[in-house]
Amino acid sequence: MINTPRTLFQKIWDDHVVHRGEDGTCLIYIDRHLVHEVTSPQAFEGLRLAGRQVRRRDATLAVADHNVPTSDRSRGIDDEESRLQVQTLSDNCRAFGITLFDMNDKRQGIVHIIGPEQGFTQPGMTIVCGDSHTSTHGAFGALAFGIGTSEVEHVLATQTLIQKPAKSMRISVNGTLPPGVTAKDMILHIIGVIGTAGGTGYVIEYAGDAVRALSMEGRMTMCNMSIEAGARAGMVAPDDTTFAYIKGRPMAPQGSEFDQAVAYWRTLVSDDGATYDKDVVLAANDITPTVTWGTTPEDVLPITGYVPSSSDFLDINKRASVERMLDYMGLTPGTKLTDIPIDKVFIGSCTNGRIEDLRAVAHIAKGKKVATGVYAMVVPGSGLVKAQAEAEGIAQILKDAGFDWREPGCSMCLAMNADKLKPGERCAATSNRNFEGRQGRGGRTHLMSPAMAAAAAITGKLTDVRDVL
Amino acid sequence: MKKFTVLTGIAAPLRMMNIDTDIIIPKQFLKTIKRTGLGIHAFNDIRYNEDGSEKPDFILNKPAYRTAEILITGENFGCGSSREHAPWAILDFGIRCVIATSFADIFYNNSFKNGILPIVLPPEAVEQLMTESENNPALPLTIDLEKQTVTRGNQCSFSFDIDPFRKHCLLNGLDDIGLTEQNKTHIKNFEDHDRQKRSWLYRTGE
Repeated sequence: MINTPRTLFQKIWDDHVVHRGEDGTCLIYIDRHLVHEVTSPQAFEGLRLAGRQVRRRDATLAVADHNVPTSDRSRGIDDEESRLQVQTLSDNCRAFGITLFDMNDKRQGIVHIIGPEQGFTQPGMTIVCGDSHTSTHGAFGALAFGIGTSEVEHVLATQTLIQKPAKSMRISVNGTLPPGVTAKDMILHIIGVIGTAGGTGYVIEYAGDAVRALSMEGRMTMCNMSIEAGARAGMVAPDDTTFAYIKGRPMAPQGSEFDQAVAYWRTLVSDDGATYDKDVVLAANDITPTVTWGTTPEDVLPITGYVPSSSDFLDINKRASVERMLDYMGLTPGTKLTDIPIDKVFIGSCTNGRIEDLRAVAHIAKGKKVATGVYAMVVPGSGLVKAQAEAEGIAQILKDAGFDWREPGCSMCLAMNADKLKPGERCAATSNRNFEGRQGRGGRTHLMSPAMAAAAAITGKLTDVRDVL
Repeated sequence: MKKFTVLTGIAAPLRMMNIDTDIIIPKQFLKTIKRTGLGIHAFNDIRYNEDGSEKPDFILNKPAYRTAEILITGENFGCGSSREHAPWAILDFGIRCVIATSFADIFYNNSFKNGILPIVLPPEAVEQLMTESENNPALPLTIDLEKQTVTRGNQCSFSFDIDPFRKHCLLNGLDDIGLTEQNKTHIKNFEDHDRQKRSWLYRTGE
């Protein structure tokens, strides 16, 4: 009998079904569970109340990232509520026997940076975390998705989740990315094409030469923002780039077991003839350095563009939404994007807080100065990224250029700690969400690549990075 | 979890699309280690001025809708973060049902875990319900989960789809973990089999 061709998603799904109900609802096994301080306290409390234990302590890894200060940590956390939440995570990890990278651990960092960095993230796994950007780990050919706190508790207790299979979408980007265009531009462009709800109900597999040519860092940037298109997860089939990245990392398989794992990982590609519920094909050549102008990640434009007007849109609801966004963003239709001045620059986050991102920033900033009146902060994604950037001389280049070099964490991506925009402040950000109030109440966010953010820091306005290369 | 069977209540029309979880519950309220008490912060930035006073134009601040138990809104409701604080906040406010043209996946899923029923209806139906709730706020909406209907007086009735398993859990107020624990043997069998096939997954930290 000939097996039906399967997609990467179907293969991983099939390998994790514990039990299939008559109506198609499945109990699926979860290989890895990442935990952070914001979405876990109520889950641990639930376990405690029911007298339950953590089923796979060895498959669970915790870190404090959302609330931690990115300034000097020797004094601890000033904010009382933040301190309590971080302390609660420590207490819970100790009580339930879970490995924790606490605030002063060298390996501490953003949960989606440290998973891959430690080799905790591997191809073919199911990976969850109480955080929507868990989609990041799909870059390794894993099925990785964000869950709420009730499901965090469910996974802690049972190492499974109750799920129905998602629909499948393939997005192929063919050809070679032009100079100055990065993975971030590619994913912003994609969200602009399919919309913030375009991926709802789907798992997206990214394919095509332009995706294949990306480093693991670039693939992580793309998969990270799958959620901004509404997708349950994003993934890239693993290849030699993936295996080379994983080899030798502390939590990766070692020796002969690594070879066994690679043999299995190599089977994790979509079969020829596998069908997708939706297929999107894009040309890498059509993608330019891209920025957002509005308050949803689908509101993107090439940096060469102009602020739109509500009359540019057909849908009546979208028109109303555009009016609201222009007002919130303080933008006038017809303004050239490169004429928009900025107040702050935020470089970091689980989208763009990895070493390759910091190298890109240093490449643009080397020998230059942050524009007068602009405050630019760099928040490495983890303690190890920070140490590597310091060893490579990147930190010195950035400090010399006038960037503020900070401690690792989520920081001003969501502004839960002390790092936030003031009302009306405009920020060039390498993070993932430009929602109203996301970086601070009344703050105005423009999403872009690290190189574009660096260029904006130097000129003091939104800038086409190709002009400063 | 509280059962959901039949709900009759005031419906508030919230005319916005892409209402994200940062709008539903901003980050400063995520520092809590409890599930309760978030209702007063629901929709904080569009509900209150900086000084804490209410914005009179916000729908849930208007006298006719202050006791709303149903929210009618635009597409892609609940997009963004996985924070369960979003459904906790609206539930704590008193909302047990949200009607929209579409929902973001994680919010949709989180709602069921908290006894909130998210209902997807076609744009025309949502528009009609919204307009009627604007014109006649006092006339309540009735949601019957068993029959899968939304009705408003004698004027209109719409039926909606729902996954049978989720319906069953909501009607009976069932806790997922309890259900899954009935499958303990399946889980153990899966692990024993998987350990043979992918041994490296059972090494970390041991």
